[in-house]
Amino acid sequence: MDLTQTSATALLSELRSGTCSSLELTRACLEQVERHDETIGAFLRVDAQGAIDRAKSIDQQRAAGEPLGLLAGLPVAVKDILCARGVPTTCGSRMLETFLPPYNATVIDRLEEAGAVLLGRTNMDEFGMGSSTENSAFQLTRNPWDPERIPGGSSGGSAACLAASMVPLSIGTDTGGSIRQPAALCGVVGVKPSYGRVSRYGLVAYASSLDQVGPLARTVEDAALLLEVIAGHDSRDSTSAPGEVPRYSETVSQPLEGLRIGLVKEHFGDGLDNEIAEAIQEAIRTYESLGATVHEISMPHATYGVATYYIIAPCEASSNLARYDGVHYGYRTDTRAMLQELEAERQQLSPDADEDRLDSALVRMYRRSRAESLGEEVKRRIMLGTYALSEGYYDAYYLKALKVRRLIRGDYDVAFDQVDVIAGPVTPQPAFRCGEKADDPLSMYLEDLYTVTANLAGVAGISLPCGFTREGLPIGLQLQAAPFQEEQLLRAAAMYQAETDWHTRRPPLA
Amino acid sequence: MPLSRSDVERISLLARLKFGEDELDRMTAQLSQIVQYVEQLSDLDTDDVEPMAHTLDLVDVVRPDERRPSLSREEALANAPRHDDECYRVPAVLGD
Amino acid sequence: MTSADYEIVIGLEVHVQLKTASKLFCGCSTRFGAEPNTQTCPVCTGLPGALPVLNEQALELSLRTAVALNCEIPRLTKWDRKNYYYPDLPKGYQISQFDLPMSQHGWLMISDPEGEFEERKIRLIRAHLEEDAGKSMHDEEAGKADSRIDLNRTGTPLLEIVSEPDIRSPRQARVFLTELKLLLAYLDVSDCNMQEGSLRVDGNINLHIPGPQGVIATPIVEVKNVNSFRAVERAMHFEAERQYECWQQTGERLGDVPKQTRGWDDKAQVTRAQRHKEESSDYRYLPDPDLVPPVDPAGRVESIREQTGELPAALRGRLQQQYQINAYTADVIVNQGRPLVDYFVELAEKSGNAVLAGNWIQQDVLRTLKEQEIAIEQFSVPAGSLAELLKMIDAGQLDNSRGRDVLQAMLETGAVLEQAVASLGIEQVDDVALDELCRQLVAENPHVVSDVQAGKQQAVGALVGKARQRNPNVNPGRIKEICLELISRLPPD
Repeated sequence: MDLTQTSATALLSELRSGTCSSLELTRACLEQVERHDETIGAFLRVDAQGAIDRAKSIDQQRAAGEPLGLLAGLPVAVKDILCARGVPTTCGSRMLETFLPPYNATVIDRLEEAGAVLLGRTNMDEFGMGSSTENSAFQLTRNPWDPERIPGGSSGGSAACLAASMVPLSIGTDTGGSIRQPAALCGVVGVKPSYGRVSRYGLVAYASSLDQVGPLARTVEDAALLLEVIAGHDSRDSTSAPGEVPRYSETVSQPLEGLRIGLVKEHFGDGLDNEIAEAIQEAIRTYESLGATVHEISMPHATYGVATYYIIAPCEASSNLARYDGVHYGYRTDTRAMLQELEAERQQLSPDADEDRLDSALVRMYRRSRAESLGEEVKRRIMLGTYALSEGYYDAYYLKALKVRRLIRGDYDVAFDQVDVIAGPVTPQPAFRCGEKADDPLSMYLEDLYTVTANLAGVAGISLPCGFTREGLPIGLQLQAAPFQEEQLLRAAAMYQAETDWHTRRPPLA
Repeated sequence: MPLSRSDVERISLLARLKFGEDELDRMTAQLSQIVQYVEQLSDLDTDDVEPMAHTLDLVDVVRPDERRPSLSREEALANAPRHDDECYRVPAVLGD
Repeated sequence: MTSADYEIVIGLEVHVQLKTASKLFCGCSTRFGAEPNTQTCPVCTGLPGALPVLNEQALELSLRTAVALNCEIPRLTKWDRKNYYYPDLPKGYQISQFDLPMSQHGWLMISDPEGEFEERKIRLIRAHLEEDAGKSMHDEEAGKADSRIDLNRTGTPLLEIVSEPDIRSPRQARVFLTELKLLLAYLDVSDCNMQEGSLRVDGNINLHIPGPQGVIATPIVEVKNVNSFRAVERAMHFEAERQYECWQQTGERLGDVPKQTRGWDDKAQVTRAQRHKEESSDYRYLPDPDLVPPVDPAGRVESIREQTGELPAALRGRLQQQYQINAYTADVIVNQGRPLVDYFVELAEKSGNAVLAGNWIQQDVLRTLKEQEIAIEQFSVPAGSLAELLKMIDAGQLDNSRGRDVLQAMLETGAVLEQAVASLGIEQVDDVALDELCRQLVAENPHVVSDVQAGKQQAVGALVGKARQRNPNVNPGRIKEICLELISRLPPD
């Protein structure tokens, strides 16, 4: 059996029965990485020795009959945005290229307690900002289905490494679609939990009221298991939801009777690729054949989602990223050169000019450090957010956006009174070519139109494979459920996966 | 364009960023385009709508007043670009 | 320049460090004086991914203070981020409260024990919670100017109290601060130690100058870097004079020029203009998405009111009323804090003479506390014992000065009252012995007798003095009485 092609759930079975060891499994994954990551570029860092040591240790514990966690012995890849003690945590940015956190994110703690073998850190759009992983300061990640195309973003590395069978499980984050979109473009499963379901302590913040950590996997069952492990209240996160976490892995395979599915009429407009639209319709027919009923619903404010998101997210980001100033950690400009620059400017001043007009050494240090180490997209969003929060603009932009946000949430509340889950596309088009949208930020933003509303409203969403384009590119189906209805969401998704085999297809890797 | 070049220069200082001449032009054009796009929100009547800053209706999340271990000084300074084993160091701050 | 030339208008902004064990949003210690950068964590140093969680006790202490300051406590309040860049502010923003502070519209009454001004109500605009920043220290080495940053203080809970510009003189400013500090001590919410930085003051001052077309307001100046209440008074005084001169020269009015910031130089006793800030402060406030609102602080208010003990203003009144002591004495006692009030009350009740108790506290007890540099809690004579001593004095068994000797003996040797009395050889002198002594003195001092007969009653004092020399245990009052009685029965010379 090819361990790299096996689901996490099945692997756990093998591990428990002793048919294979964690060491074998980990080695197989590492070999897969070795073979393909030169091309794919999913990983920023692989901790081969650490993983092997960990795998051995889990095997020993298992042999000794010690109690083991839910993920014991399974290799997991983690997006380079979660702080891990002593592990370079770059967020895909030069600003944090040498940053070593002195602490673990809660999610990392939970993965370790569950016995996961943390294999490495995956590539991402810088600070979570982007939809293609092209905004990483370090490397490109290629879509395993077509290396000329992007894997999606910002969790591109986490999706790609799964599609390329390098690991059975990975962790991503989703602020405006950053788990669901790359999952869709890479033909894997990705879940954005309800806001507050998973602790954000140790998650490097992009937009605090939108960010969530979530699982990626090749099957819905596997995603359910991983979600169960990482979810739950954390007293170190004030926005963490109280309450017990349902045993998602135990219920996921139970189909839902009388499932009511909503189709948002505003989703199926002009901008949607025909093949995607067809695949979604086909998926709906599959659900109907399983006894589900389909209802057309309206979410009248859905079209304002991108505009609302691209005010709120940059505003929060401009504040969250203010700490990257090169003072206490992170990249600092060459201060000697900076002082020389200051001196040169001073010399050039006319005798009656006010020297206070020049940036002081400190201000200069801040500006240069940030300008030299932050990427263009990050700068763009910081500028946008700073502008929207600046004096005189707060009401017109940020406050306005928060109000429209409530309207969008209102649409969901009405919808979930009528249906159990909302089904629809994840992306308006399949994976585009690398560099295709490099000069057109707004067109990149518009890619998010189906995913941002879930973050704005705080609801749960999942992307799962539902077909391929004629060119062989994966298509994703999105399901959304009301806040804290992940169990329902996962069961609905698993129903579909039990009837179809899109999720078993693998890219033709060289 | 909604934003002028000098607007962008002013904001860049507020944001502690710095742009070269070409970058400034490009940023001005792109920001203007984006701002123009997001301004469509003004189409909506939100006079009677409460802003939604949090999606989760949590209130009163507190912790007891108990001391927890701090980082050691070494750990705290470990990532500092410049320090003297006691403090972080930066070019002089005005008014010190 | 008389006060008729202009009216001084002052508003004060006080930052009070709350007395919690840990910081406002993390568990680091708030202990003063620790080695630099040994009391920090990912949260207070703003490391990527760190998140704040509110300290319950900080909320409690700030509510306690707001209630005592007669503030309105709204149902809705929230946390906001105040964004600006400074090396002692590692997140690049301060968590504070902007438009929905936890309390507003309160007031504090101030009165001048020396009567220079009438009792005034100083209104408070607001009192809100925020986190403190770190410390930045200048360092010059090898000709290169650097700042050294210590983040220990970052995240310490501060209550910012802002008054309306209701203060009308530098003296009132000092009295306001003194009264506020006393209140905070009674509430046990802060150490209020300006030297340690647990209480900081900035002042805003301008002048209202009467002119032919109405009152002219001069530009407001913010005064910083005042490190004692006395310095606040002096700085305000200096500023008022400086502003008046400035106005006479420039005629600048409020609105003509931007608000100026000036620092107080305590050595030179002047204010100096501070360097112009980088850019006008656009703090780009937004509600903090990492924190949820502390809901319904108004709900906690009832239990806080119940638990808060009597406050200075109320105490002063009650002590005067209940114990018939005068305003000045009540003031002195209350100003020393609740432990001394408790001591006084016990002393007054047990001795049965509150006025005597009040005097003894003002003079003897407080003097001893000052000399020994201790607080009443360390005073070695319990109120009960001192009460017994006062009872003896009240009963005429001792006079005040002998009583002092006894107290001194008790303090020095740790002896109880009976022992101290005995050790000083104090005994009651019976009336027969007193009578005998007086007859002797009267007989021996004919010139005193004639003086008294001539109308100079005070002359009998000489006899009292001699009596005491012969027997220190005599009651001077009784000696005086008996001598006068004897003299009155003598035939005139």
